[in-house]
Amino acid sequence: MQALVCQPAVAPQLFSAEGVVGVIFLLTVALVLTGAMIAVNARRLVRAVAGLAICFTGLAGVYYFLLSPFLAMMQLLIYVGAVSIIIAFGIMLATPEEKTSAGARYRSPLAGPLACSVAALMFAAMSLLAVRTEWQVFPRRNAGDIKAVGLALLTEHALVFELISLLLLLSILGALVLAYRGRN
Amino acid sequence: MHVLNLYNCLSTYLIIGALLFAFGVYGLLARRTVIGMLISAEFVLAAASTNLMAFSRFVAQDPATGQIFTLFIMAVAAAEAAIAISIMIAVYRNYKSIDNDDLVDLQG
Repeated sequence: MQALVCQPAVAPQLFSAEGVVGVIFLLTVALVLTGAMIAVNARRLVRAVAGLAICFTGLAGVYYFLLSPFLAMMQLLIYVGAVSIIIAFGIMLATPEEKTSAGARYRSPLAGPLACSVAALMFAAMSLLAVRTEWQVFPRRNAGDIKAVGLALLTEHALVFELISLLLLLSILGALVLAYRGRN
Repeated sequence: MHVLNLYNCLSTYLIIGALLFAFGVYGLLARRTVIGMLISAEFVLAAASTNLMAFSRFVAQDPATGQIFTLFIMAVAAAEAAIAISIMIAVYRNYKSIDNDDLVDLQG
């Protein structure tokens, strides 16, 4: 079973095509981790948003390695292009500067080492679960390319597709109403 | 399993997802402003979509399903970010701050 989840058992040479692909994958993962580290730890929020954009660029590369160039493109367009820009606008409109811990009136006991240990515990538990579990591999029904995605989107998942468009419409209206109220 | 062959393993992607989730949880607990918490919440969503993509690539019967769910998660995350930012702007207008320590009207 482990052989199926880790497909070819032979180790590739560094200067073969597979070896170069492996090196590019490691660089992509490094991009994800660096971005996440910056986004969570940066003191200034503008840098945190830059870290978010870096991390999601790397994640688009990870999606590319998962054989889905369409989702990689969508990740770049929606997350890097839209969500990060929205958050950057929010920072510019609300100009928050995080207080240093000395200037804060009350420091929650959850912040700091306890938050770190909670996150580390969750990571350890989940990665142990991921490595230990024997995943059952099913035979694939289709290629999983963009044609299969489009067909499934308009047949099996048509109702959710319509509901998502309704959700987006409602969120646009809600954002307008919320941001407009109280303006004088 | 070789280090250059990691991209063909399911567990690699699951561990990347777990790392992103851990970063998100840490940020949610440790950040002191609402925007910082929003950024961390995006990491939790990204962890979920990474796991879905990995399962649809390696073990699923229909490899399109995970990709479609990831698309839905992206749409929901975009809607969530828009609403959260407009709430923050409304809060900032009332309190002149979005620091967690200042938004304590109900604390007495």
